[in-house]
Amino acid sequence: MRKLAERMQAFASCAAGIAGALALALAALAWPAAAAAAPAAKGDPSLFDPVASVVMGPRCLNCHQVEAPHQKDWGVIHAQQVVRGADGHGSAALRCQACHQATNTADGRVPGVPNWHLAPLSMNWQGLDKKQVCQQMRDPKRNGNRKTPREVIDHMETDPLVLWAWNPGAGRSKPAMSHEDFVKALLAWADAGLPCPD
Amino acid sequence: MITLNINGKQQKVDAEDDTPLLWVLRDELHMNGTKFGCGMALCGACTVHVDGQPTRACVMPVSSAVGKKIVTIEAIGANPVGKRVQQAWAALDVPQCGYCQSGQIMAATALLREIPRPTDKDIDQAMSGNICRCGTYQRIRLAIHKAASDA
Repeated sequence: MRKLAERMQAFASCAAGIAGALALALAALAWPAAAAAAPAAKGDPSLFDPVASVVMGPRCLNCHQVEAPHQKDWGVIHAQQVVRGADGHGSAALRCQACHQATNTADGRVPGVPNWHLAPLSMNWQGLDKKQVCQQMRDPKRNGNRKTPREVIDHMETDPLVLWAWNPGAGRSKPAMSHEDFVKALLAWADAGLPCPD
Repeated sequence: MITLNINGKQQKVDAEDDTPLLWVLRDELHMNGTKFGCGMALCGACTVHVDGQPTRACVMPVSSAVGKKIVTIEAIGANPVGKRVQQAWAALDVPQCGYCQSGQIMAATALLREIPRPTDKDIDQAMSGNICRCGTYQRIRLAIHKAASDA
């Protein structure tokens, strides 16, 4: 481990000079990577409101959890003592795919898309308020290493796990707006620099 | 026609893509050891192994099982771990009515393959999706520990 750490340090100091020059060159261009984690982005914070109305709903929150997924519109802890496990796909012998197939099954009662799983632990939203969720979504360390605004919103535009929220089956509530309108709200928020509520 | 690999044999069945695997096993192939319980992946009675992992056959479209290795209760005794689990079950008289037990044995075998000496917590997290209406949970737990220590 120490050797690896030393190598990483040497690489880092070497890379720092190059990165510094690059950063200067890129500073005037659109959205340098580091800016995603900047404490204050410019723009109207209310642009996050329609985004929050979707991402703080049960279809998203139920899987952005710490130890276990939640389920149903009221966010009860998942039955069958389902847990996150080592990789976000359940315990060693009770994996998400024990029940969750590539499509909804049992007349929609059992949700399904390919690769059903919990959001990574670093992307947990459990217990966060609107402002904190917004800040987390901008932070590459806590958003799945998404560095640009377009990368941040890409997951919500295209990931089948997210799109499932508009086809949840069995009477589950859907997000407050259509996915088309959600994408419009995401683009407006992204183009304004991902502003967050104060 | 769909071809499935069940218990090491290639089986051809005539079924719609979205027919649950359980229906194919029981109604088409007359393999009745795997039980129908709830039909909604809530009880675990229909548990089979798909590529080694416990899977609820009642909600798995048969088309999703194509190209995968399916093992049912009929063949679990051919696996050394499955054999030990069956022997522990018999030694401790685990079943009462027995309806859930094929699913329980499939889940327990998968657990012991992944975690050869499971703790009570490991057992809880692997077995909580398998419900027993007779309440044989304590004997199930003991039998899993016995199968682990018999290795």
